[in-house]
Amino acid sequence: MKNTNLAKRLQDSAIWIFIALELAFFGIAGEFLSLSDGNFLAPDNMLLLIKQTVPLGIIALGMTIIMINGNIDLSVGPIFALCAIVMLDSMTWPIFAGLGDGVIVIAWALAILVGVVLGAINGFIVWKTGVDAFIVTLGSMLGYRGLVFLYNGEQPTYHLNWTLVDIAESAPLGIPLPILIFAGCILFTWWLTKRTVHGRNAFAIGDNRTAAVNAGIRVGPHMVWNYVLIGLLVAISSATFYSASGSVNPNDGMLYELWIITAVVLGGTKLTGGRGSIIGTVGGVIAIQLMRKGLGHIGADTAMVNLVIGSILIVVLYLDRQLNRKGEEELNS
Amino acid sequence: MAQSHLKAVGEILAKHGILVAFILFMIAFALLNPRFINSDNLLGVVRSSAILGVMAIGVTFVVVSGNLDLSVGSMMSFSTIVVLDLHDKLGPLLGIPAMFAMTMALGALIGFLVGYLKLNSLIVTLGMLSAIHGLTLTYSGGKNMDIADKDGTWFGFFGQGELLGVPVPILMFALLAAGLTLVLSKTPFGRKVYAVGGNGVAATFSGIPRARIVFYCYLISSFCVAMAGLIQASRSLGSQNTVGQGLELQVLAAVILGGASLLGGSGTIFKTVIGVLILGFIQNGLLLVGLEFYVQYIVTWVIIILAVWLDIAAKRGQLWSPIA
Repeated sequence: MKNTNLAKRLQDSAIWIFIALELAFFGIAGEFLSLSDGNFLAPDNMLLLIKQTVPLGIIALGMTIIMINGNIDLSVGPIFALCAIVMLDSMTWPIFAGLGDGVIVIAWALAILVGVVLGAINGFIVWKTGVDAFIVTLGSMLGYRGLVFLYNGEQPTYHLNWTLVDIAESAPLGIPLPILIFAGCILFTWWLTKRTVHGRNAFAIGDNRTAAVNAGIRVGPHMVWNYVLIGLLVAISSATFYSASGSVNPNDGMLYELWIITAVVLGGTKLTGGRGSIIGTVGGVIAIQLMRKGLGHIGADTAMVNLVIGSILIVVLYLDRQLNRKGEEELNS
Repeated sequence: MAQSHLKAVGEILAKHGILVAFILFMIAFALLNPRFINSDNLLGVVRSSAILGVMAIGVTFVVVSGNLDLSVGSMMSFSTIVVLDLHDKLGPLLGIPAMFAMTMALGALIGFLVGYLKLNSLIVTLGMLSAIHGLTLTYSGGKNMDIADKDGTWFGFFGQGELLGVPVPILMFALLAAGLTLVLSKTPFGRKVYAVGGNGVAATFSGIPRARIVFYCYLISSFCVAMAGLIQASRSLGSQNTVGQGLELQVLAAVILGGASLLGGSGTIFKTVIGVLILGFIQNGLLLVGLEFYVQYIVTWVIIILAVWLDIAAKRGQLWSPIA
C-alpha cells in the first residue's frame, strides 16, 4: 500500500522532476555552449519565460478540465483569433466613440462574450446531437476559422490604444500583469476541479460515463459548462496577449490545439478522461517552454525542439502505460 | 408516426446520405454557374483533390482499424522535401524508392508504437506530427527545397503529366483507390481490419493478430502519404518545409464526411473518395459562385456536423441525443 502511494506520488510529481532536470541541464550546458553572456537561470529570464507561456497556459487550463471530462476541444485556435479581432475592432466602433478609454472594458467584455458563446455552441452541439466531441470541434475548428476570415477578409486587424498597451505591459508588485492573470486562472480552475461539485462530477463523467449517468449526474450540462469555461479562458488568454500587441492576423492561433494538448498530456492528464490535474498542466506548459527556450539558449537548431518534444510525448505515454498496467486496459487498448 | 417517418428517411440518408448530398450539391452549383459543369473544371477539381484524396485513402485504413493518424500532414512535408533533395543527389530513379522507404519507415515506427506497444494512437501521432516536422526541418536545414534543373527532368510527370488524356495525379488517385478498395473489401486482411476496428477484444479472442493488422494499416497509410508527397513534389518541383501542415485535419474531415466512424469498424474507400470530392467541389463551387474562399470553411463545418449527426440519429432512431 505504501509502495503504491509512493509510486503515485512519484508519478504526480514526474513533470516537476523533469522540469528540475531541464533547469539543471540548461543551466550547466548553457555555461559551456551558450553564445550569449546571460545566465539561463537568471530570474529575469525565468520571469520572461513564464510570461511567454501565459497565452497557451491559460487555454491549457481549460483543456485540462475538458479532457478530464472525457472530451476534447480542437477549436481553440480560431476562437483565440476571433476574440482578439472583436476586442481590437470594437474599440473603433462609432457607438463607443464617446466613452474614451472606458471602451477598453467594453472591448474586453465583448471578447469574453465571443469566447463564451463560441464555447457554448460547441458544448450544445456535443450535448444535443451526441456527435463525438472530436468531430464536433474538428468541424468548428474549420467553421470558426471561416468566421475569423469573414470578419476582415485576409487583412490583419489592428488597433493601437496606448492606455490598453500600458495596462497590458504593467507590472503590479514587480510581476508582469499576464503572469498575475495566469496565476488567477490557475487558482480558479484548481478550485473548480478540487473543491466544487462540478469538478468532482467532471472526473466522474470522464472516468465512467455510464456509471455517472446511473448515479444521476446530468452529463450534458456539465459538458456545456466545460466548453463555456474553455471559451472564457481562451478569451482571457486572447485579451491578455493582444492587448499588448494590438494586431491580429486571421491565421493566428493555428496549431495551438496541438501544442496545448501536448502540454496537457505531458502534465499527466489522461486523454480518455477521469484523471488529470491543473497543477500538472501548469508543469507541462512550463516544461515545453523551457525546452524551447533552453534548446535555443544552448544554440541547438530550433528544429530540434519539435523533434525532442514529440519524442518526449511518446516516451511519456509509454512510461505511463508501463506504470499503470491494468488487466482491462491491456485487453481493450 | 412522425418518429417512424423520420426514422425511415433517416435510414435512407444514413445508407446513401453522402451520395444524395453530393448529387444535390452538384446540381445546385451547376444551376448557379454553368461553368461548374464544364469538363475542364470538373477534371481540374479532381486533379487538385488528388493529393488530399491519396492521403485520405490511407487514413481510411487507420480509421477503420479504430485508430487515428494526425501525422500524415507533417509526414507529407517530409516525403516532399526528401524526394526533392534526393532527386538532385541520387536522381529520380533511385530517389523515389528511397523516399518511399524512408516515409514507410516512419509509418512502421508509428505502427510499432500503436500496434505492438498499444499506445494511444491520437497522442502517438500527435507526437509524431511534431517530431517529423522537426526531422524535416533538420533534414532541409530550414530552407526551401528546389530541383536545380527544372526543365531537364522528367520528374514533373507525376504531378503535371498526362497519360491517354488523363492527368497523371488523377490516374494515380484512381488506381490507388481501386487497388486499396480491393484490399479493404475483398481480402482476408481487409476483413480483419474491420474486425479489429469493430471490436478489438473480440478480434483478439478469435485469433486475429491485432497488433500486426494495426501495424500494416499504418504502413499502408505511410505508403499513401509517400505517394501524395511524390505528386506534390512533382507538381511544383520545389517546396516549403510546411507544405503539408494542417492537411491531417482536412484528411480526417474528408474521411469522417465519407461516413467512417472514429470508433472504428466502419467506412469504405469509395465513401472516403466521395468525401474528398465533396470537399473539393464545395471549394470550387463556392469560388465559382463568387464567394470568398473562407466561406467553404463554414459550409464544411455545417456539412460535417450534419452528416455525422444524421448518421447517428438514424442509428439510434432519435434526432436528439438521449443524454440528460
